[in-house]
Amino acid sequence: MNLTSIPLEYYLALSSIIFVIGATGVITRRNAIIIFMCIEMMLNAVNLTLVAFSAYLGDSAGQMFVFFVMAVAAAEAAVGLAIVLALFRSRQTVYVDEVNLMKW
Amino acid sequence: MNIQVVLFSLLAVVAIATGILLVTRRNPVSAAVSLIMHFFALAGLYLTLQAQFIAAVQILVYAGAIMVLVVFVIMLLNLGKEDALQEKFNPRTALAIAMSAALIMQMLLAFLSAPTGFNEIAPSAEKIGSPAEIGNVLFSGYIFPFEAISLLLLAAVLGSIILAKRNIED
Repeated sequence: MNLTSIPLEYYLALSSIIFVIGATGVITRRNAIIIFMCIEMMLNAVNLTLVAFSAYLGDSAGQMFVFFVMAVAAAEAAVGLAIVLALFRSRQTVYVDEVNLMKW
Repeated sequence: MNIQVVLFSLLAVVAIATGILLVTRRNPVSAAVSLIMHFFALAGLYLTLQAQFIAAVQILVYAGAIMVLVVFVIMLLNLGKEDALQEKFNPRTALAIAMSAALIMQMLLAFLSAPTGFNEIAPSAEKIGSPAEIGNVLFSGYIFPFEAISLLLLAAVLGSIILAKRNIED
């Protein structure tokens, strides 16, 4: 294969691989902080798609969206980690399978 | 093979490898370190897409601020290695991995079988990614979302203080 530049599909494929790795982590891990980090990784995969489309279409809307996604991720980080702290304080655990008070 | 292709392949391999490390490491601190490397690889990928401002913000906000917060919480809670669920082999994990593999195959097939026809970065991409142009667009067309996001950040700060405080009454 003779590649001189990278087609858009390669960025989309890479981003989908990263997204699915993150989703697998969210499903399989027990530690709430690692689940949180996997969610950050999934957000980043979507950001990569947006930046790739923005660059290939020559449209700045994609990068604006990435900017807002980053701001939401920062807010999510603060609130999410505060929830983990509050959870650890009341249950002495961060494992999501041990937090089953509301589990049916 | 030119420099663009080499850079993309290298950064893609690093991004995927550190992503897999994040999901598989038992120790939360080494998972966090691999996520930091993942963020740096993604910043490199943004640079290959001529998005200089986004790459800088990626390192400052993600690798800097958010990961410092995460590592701080890991240290604060003194988390050790995560012990595996009851038995060695559990069907839930196996099912999750099988379904993820199927999803990856499906998406790769969809993306790589039908070329989009976009093979080159747009000539205007370099201008679009610069901080000056981002600022121009942000403060002209996106001023309302910008103000809304500042309210969201304020609410998040207040919410996290309330959540993390031991006793609100004190």
